Amino acid sequence: MPSRLGLRAAALGYLLVILLGPLAMIFYRTFESGLHPVWQALSDPLTVHAFEVTLEATAIAVPLNTVFGVLCALAIVRRRFRGKGILNAFIDLPLAVSPVVVGLALYLLYGRTGWFGGWLMNHGIHVLFALPAIVLATIFVSVPFVAREVIPTLRELGTEQEQAAATLGATRWQRFWRITLPSIRWAVIYGVVLTTARCLGEYGAVAIVSGRIEGVTQTATLRVEEYWTNFDTAGAYAVSLVLATIAVLVLVAMTVTRPREDAL
Amino acid sequence: MPRSVGGGRASTSVAVGAVTTFLLVVVVLPLAALVWESKQNGAHAFWQVVSSPEAVAALKLTFATAFIVVLVNAVLGTITAWVLVRDDFRGKALVNAFIDLPFALPTIVAGITLLALYGPQSPVGIDVAFTRAAIVLALCFVTLPFVIRTVQPVLHELDVEMEEAARSLGAGRLAVLRRIVLPNLLPGILSGVVLALARALGEIGSVVLITGDRPFHTEVASVLVMLRVEDGDPAGAAAVAIVLLAAAFVLLLAIGGLRFWVTRHERA
Repeated sequence: MPSRLGLRAAALGYLLVILLGPLAMIFYRTFESGLHPVWQALSDPLTVHAFEVTLEATAIAVPLNTVFGVLCALAIVRRRFRGKGILNAFIDLPLAVSPVVVGLALYLLYGRTGWFGGWLMNHGIHVLFALPAIVLATIFVSVPFVAREVIPTLRELGTEQEQAAATLGATRWQRFWRITLPSIRWAVIYGVVLTTARCLGEYGAVAIVSGRIEGVTQTATLRVEEYWTNFDTAGAYAVSLVLATIAVLVLVAMTVTRPREDAL
Repeated sequence: MPRSVGGGRASTSVAVGAVTTFLLVVVVLPLAALVWESKQNGAHAFWQVVSSPEAVAALKLTFATAFIVVLVNAVLGTITAWVLVRDDFRGKALVNAFIDLPFALPTIVAGITLLALYGPQSPVGIDVAFTRAAIVLALCFVTLPFVIRTVQPVLHELDVEMEEAARSLGAGRLAVLRRIVLPNLLPGILSGVVLALARALGEIGSVVLITGDRPFHTEVASVLVMLRVEDGDPAGAAAVAIVLLAAAFVLLLAIGGLRFWVTRHERA
């Protein structure tokens, strides 16, 4: 059927132009001038430090958002309380708000003249232009992912098994660890993968609250920007390549762990 | 209702309290500070910033490019979803996996990636660096998965027999598309479009490097906000940010409305 082929060509052509072409190009461009510049950029102490900052923020944000996401999903699906609709809507907020708005909001809250900034500074606690602000920004932008994945799975799961366990005398903790968590584990893992990807790649919010201090608050994505604006394209491509490789690994993890109907 | 496995009233309060507190501290409080800051300076100051030529140009460009991108997504996203569900070819699973790449790839890398192919050293002879076309291209990249991923499950559920029945009753291909396929896909397409629109309006990482520093020409609202902060003018940044925040709230309401519409349809 010609129209089928036409649609296939349109879809695949679009993906090639927008997605696969550019991705292939970055792998090619990185190694265009050999391995030496790549190694030089990646072994630069400032680059290593930038990756450390990114990993630190991710290591704090992901577990917090995972616990929050699971608790939040349990509350929304299983409990009855006032304001549930508002809570449900506010979880999605970080998906709709621009990262720069998030960064500016944190900047205003923890800045010298902000509600908390002055008091914290007087007590020697630096949030803005330091790791805490980067962590807060990273948590903000990645809040929704685990909850959004777990909620539909919990709805499908129902409560029959747990009611059965309860009548057999299982405590609440036993029911959670032995029944609920194993049943939602793929959704949780999928959510964690999405959260991790978002944390590692955050740019806009972090750019504003970190102050971009080289070797102190510079994250991996800010390192890419720094290389690029200094016309060191080899450096920018090298760091980008590491991030793109992580992205492809994330993609593999997503494909393997995506919650399926038959996984329940 | 049978005995709830969720637990008693006390544990509900603890769980809901913990979740709400976290969300309040992490999400709501900073945004409240932003709104408060922009109110501090008064409506006049707010209006002065937002109606300044540079801000108007940036906001116009932001909304215009976002609408173009959303249209492209609605059409090509739906076609791609259709191809991925109904068509069959070698490597389909691989292509399907790559759709999520823009969610996994850091946006700053996405911008550089596009410049590698469509920049000054383009091997295909297309150079869009520092133009408005670059913004559209970058936004198409980062919003690619939304419509595809919201339409795909609906297409999976959609019964092919319904279309076959219509065809056997003499409906032409276009009539089937218009009367059966599209009406069923509409909620999915709209959900994807709203999500993509929200993303496109606020996007920064993928556009910041490829647009250059060109006010009035390629400066979008998010870049303007960042430049204002860096210039030591957080009040000016806040005014523009409030416009973006308001747009985000409207789109969030739209998502809620769509969700309500869809679940009501399912129950009916």
